[in-house]
Amino acid sequence: MTTSAIVAPGLRSSPWLSFAWRRLGRFAVSLWVLVTMAFLMIQLIPGDPVRAALGLTAPVELVTARRAALGLDDPIWLQYVHYLGGLVTGDFGTSMTSGLPVSDVIGDRLPATLQLALPAFAVVIAVAIPLGVLFAVLTRGGRRRGAELAFTSTSVLLAAIPEFLVAVALVALFAVRLGWFPVAGSDGPSSFVLPVVALALGPASVLARIVRVETLSVLGNDFIRTARAKRLPARLVYFRHALPNAVTATLTMGGLMLTGMVAGTVLVENVFAWPGLGSSIAQSILQKDYPLVQGIVLVYGIGVLLVNLAVDVLLAVLDPRSTIREN
Amino acid sequence: MAKALRTPVGAFSAALLALVLALAVLAPILWHGNAFEVDTEAIGQGPSAAHWLGTDNLGRDVLFRVLVATRLSVLLAVLATAIGVVTGLVLGTLPSLLPRSAARLVTAAVNIAVAFPGLLLVLFFSVIFGVGTHGAVLAVGFALAPAFARLAQTLSASVAGQDFVSAARISGVGRIRLLVRHILPNIGEPLVVNATIGAGASLLTFSGLSFLGIGVQAPDYDWGRLLGEGLNGIYVNPAAALAPGAAVVLVGLAFNLAGETVAGVIGVRTGSRTSAPRPHIPAREEVAEDRDGALLVVENLQVAFPRPSGWTVPVRGVGFTVRAGEAIGVVGESGSGKSLTGLAVSRLVESPAVVTADRLEFAGKPVLTTPERELRGLLGTSLAMVFQDPMTSFNPTRRIGHQLAEVSEQHQGLPRAKALARAVDRLRAVRIPAAERRARQYPHEFSGGMRQRAMIGMGLMGDPRLIIADEPTTALDVTVQRQLLRLLARTRAERDTAIILISHDIAVVSQTCERMLVMYAGRIVEDLPSAATPRHPYTRALLAASLDLETDRDAPLVVIPGRPPEPDRVPDGCAFADRCPVVTDRCRREDPVLERVDATHRVACWHKGGAA
Repeated sequence: MTTSAIVAPGLRSSPWLSFAWRRLGRFAVSLWVLVTMAFLMIQLIPGDPVRAALGLTAPVELVTARRAALGLDDPIWLQYVHYLGGLVTGDFGTSMTSGLPVSDVIGDRLPATLQLALPAFAVVIAVAIPLGVLFAVLTRGGRRRGAELAFTSTSVLLAAIPEFLVAVALVALFAVRLGWFPVAGSDGPSSFVLPVVALALGPASVLARIVRVETLSVLGNDFIRTARAKRLPARLVYFRHALPNAVTATLTMGGLMLTGMVAGTVLVENVFAWPGLGSSIAQSILQKDYPLVQGIVLVYGIGVLLVNLAVDVLLAVLDPRSTIREN
Repeated sequence: MAKALRTPVGAFSAALLALVLALAVLAPILWHGNAFEVDTEAIGQGPSAAHWLGTDNLGRDVLFRVLVATRLSVLLAVLATAIGVVTGLVLGTLPSLLPRSAARLVTAAVNIAVAFPGLLLVLFFSVIFGVGTHGAVLAVGFALAPAFARLAQTLSASVAGQDFVSAARISGVGRIRLLVRHILPNIGEPLVVNATIGAGASLLTFSGLSFLGIGVQAPDYDWGRLLGEGLNGIYVNPAAALAPGAAVVLVGLAFNLAGETVAGVIGVRTGSRTSAPRPHIPAREEVAEDRDGALLVVENLQVAFPRPSGWTVPVRGVGFTVRAGEAIGVVGESGSGKSLTGLAVSRLVESPAVVTADRLEFAGKPVLTTPERELRGLLGTSLAMVFQDPMTSFNPTRRIGHQLAEVSEQHQGLPRAKALARAVDRLRAVRIPAAERRARQYPHEFSGGMRQRAMIGMGLMGDPRLIIADEPTTALDVTVQRQLLRLLARTRAERDTAIILISHDIAVVSQTCERMLVMYAGRIVEDLPSAATPRHPYTRALLAASLDLETDRDAPLVVIPGRPPEPDRVPDGCAFADRCPVVTDRCRREDPVLERVDATHRVACWHKGGAA
């Protein structure tokens, strides 16, 4: 894609500005594709979505009226224009089951999802990075084969279990068996523990493994020897000199995994009957409440795009070469 | 394939997959009746003798239901994977058949789709295809397609660049034929491997979908559906939720491992390291008369690496002294152990390598036995290192100024701003123009020569009494080399700093240093003043092989015949014997001792150059 074409000639001098333009251009294109796909989703449903939603027994008048209300009889380009216009003004349509504006439902449920996703994200970072660095240092140069084997096999196993199964196992053990935490629902701080752990465990073990491998490869670099020759304490050698260089590759690969966490909330919320977007989307797909599905898919999609954007910006800040290199 | 089976993981995953396939075929035939049998006596009970995993809310046996569900769960996962692989292949190879603009559109679409997590794509497609088994298979399949399209793209791009494809193209083979005959067969193997891993992933996704109620609908059931039903009764019978979950994980893992083993990702590990005791090599050198008061004293220094076959000892007993302000060159071919000696002396050799010495003292402190914490300040300020490759020796993610300032912050307790000011001052001292601005730049903004000067500047942040420069000019061009050597010489003159210059270039060393240590196969073979006449045949050969302006260019290039012995295959006698022009029987039998020939000259040779 030739997004660089929109860069004004005067701005080319600064690699940062041109990076910002390029990256925002890519974001805009992806956003447009996402919005269009959300719009097309309803058009692609075979048959009449309103008939499907209201059921075979619904009277014809009701179906026609609902079709008209949703604007489904307009030519497709006009529907598209209306849809885009609506989005710009914050109008995501109306839920077919509850009659509430979709934006209200989202506004109501998004905070609960974020309250799960953000702490889980923080836990992943706080656990995986020190753990990965620690095991890289411990197992460097083929030392401590046993620790290496234990670390690798545990993380492979944990990463292979999807988050909703982790959630079920956690519920069975800590909520049902031991009764330490509530089985479901969002009520008080203790209700956060199990969903957050369920959400964070898999990504944390994947990330820890990536961090370890990346750190190991960074530790072999000449500049690490330089840092040691300066007689810096180990903590500075590993966290100041090794980690930032490992973060580049880690973030690139970890970015995908973090967007996966956005989707992971869907299943985990369903296990814990968490009042967030994830339980809504499953319900609304079953109830064929298409405007609501459309709206939630859009929110998740934007979440993914924002994570990707944040990862790229962070990369540019942490590793100035990546900004320069792209030019 | 056969090779993968022989690894424990490979054999395990293959056995597991075989078991799963057998269950998928046989379980519904054998236990279909049991799985639907309603036991009204035992509704929603925990595990018991009659029902090993308990019963569900209609009183049906959970174990049988989990076993019977194998077929549907695996079948749906495999179907979805097949749809994903085929669609992905079409999407991925289409760009090579379509006109350029259409091809770019497809590629761009795939790239955007790949950025979204699979589950979101699945939900998106299941809205379109509708709730139920059919819709879910299509949804999971299509959601898998972008990843496979990307894979097919990369793979076919790598094959398309190979000679035989170009040859076929030039000889007029059509695009479709090219694809079917030449490209697809060559990307088949990695595709199959990834499809196996993909099947594991779709099994997990599918069970998620059924768990949400979007996939398989009652009265059919797969593991996801059983899990969802079991979760509702988790208080009465947790096993009803855990058993299908465990099945999903186990089978998903089996697919994964099978794929990865074949892919060779989990390769066979090389044998573990030796546990044999490290060989003891006695010192074979005459100790210099007065080593006291020297800045650096080294006696019988050895560096050994454990290898599967035993210990390899690339430094086999090296001894020398460095006095304050002295410049010493260490010369030898690559592999002679000279760099390792430099690292060992400065305590930078890392485990698993083992460093030993009868004596190793820097500024009166034993380097090997003093705890690192106590030595840090001394070594950090008094011993500076300059490494060979200036391009890789700076941390690419930190500004040069900070990398210098660190030393003073750490060892001299300077606050950040003061340390930075000192860094700028030192950059100026090593003649870096616009030092203030340069200090704020990253290493990649420096030229090679400038980085090497900055590296020396970093050494000057403290108050170095010894600079160990390991091939500092090898990576630089000749004019920059000159400047750098001059900078080192000036530093030495101004501060009375001793220098150890490690180099393979005997000409450079003899110009810069007053004394040379010539190393061969991990040992010093001659220790002589640069101006003295060399007496070891190896030193003579090195000098004869070095070029300068006076070299007669019509004469054939002088080379030393043969190669130095590998560090784990050093002969009993003199290591140089095989290449030596004056070799005698004694040389092959007995290793010569580094003996003093006069006050400032030591040679390890039975002939001391006399028989040349």
